[in-house]
Amino acid sequence: MENLNSYLIVSAILFAIGTIGVLTRKNVIVMFMSIELMLNAVNLTFVAFSRYLGNLDGQIFVFFIMTVAAAEAAVGLALIIAFFNNKESIDVEDVNLMKW
Amino acid sequence: METLFFLIITLVAIVSAILVITCKNPINSALSLIMTFFCLATYYVMLDAPFMAAVQVMVYAGAIMVLIVFTIMLLNIRVDSSKKHSHKLVLGSIIGFFTLLNTIFVLVKSRAALPTGPYSGEMLRSIGHTELVGREMFTNFLLPFEITSILLLVAIIGAVILAKKKI
Repeated sequence: MENLNSYLIVSAILFAIGTIGVLTRKNVIVMFMSIELMLNAVNLTFVAFSRYLGNLDGQIFVFFIMTVAAAEAAVGLALIIAFFNNKESIDVEDVNLMKW
Repeated sequence: METLFFLIITLVAIVSAILVITCKNPINSALSLIMTFFCLATYYVMLDAPFMAAVQVMVYAGAIMVLIVFTIMLLNIRVDSSKKHSHKLVLGSIIGFFTLLNTIFVLVKSRAALPTGPYSGEMLRSIGHTELVGREMFTNFLLPFEITSILLLVAIIGAVILAKKKI
């Protein structure tokens, strides 16, 4: 096993890349994939800490995060399809009804 | 040797993660994301968690990414042709960069607690990671595990209702 900090730094970099993706892209699907990337970065942190501390609770949490991600993917993609059917576009700038 | 391997995997993971957010075509982003997920599965193997690696490949790289690729195919999206907003790009990059800087600062400054748990590397290798995770999940985490099924049921019902033509 490598040292804990290297895993944490990789996970921080992946999380930052995901943040930039969510903040800068307009395509809903790419934003969705960036969120998945951030979830995975957090999973890596969980597994690295779990291995380092010798405690399996973190890996059980990763299991639940994966379940939530699967549920989120199903509902989120259904929402994206409903959005596309209404607006004929997947650009977030086109959903501005509640923007002031 | 392990350090070299770690560096190569890190390089691939970060390059493919950057490709996810820079590619114009969503299909290319999805394929890069699958690459990143495989790199993360490799990390899990290096962390003595082969079961998590298998689940990562099956659930993330398999199920979720197939769902995303099918959605892209279904919507038949052409190459992203939205107008550029450069101020948003700069602002987003600055916020992301500060997130990274802050995290690394905290990492360098702080020190993790000493290992206290019972699961050492030798134990994981001799008994088997899958068995240990299974034991933990069906004893201490039985109730959350059962509640997960309700979450999945709710997600299925929500997806079916949202996908109907007329709500």
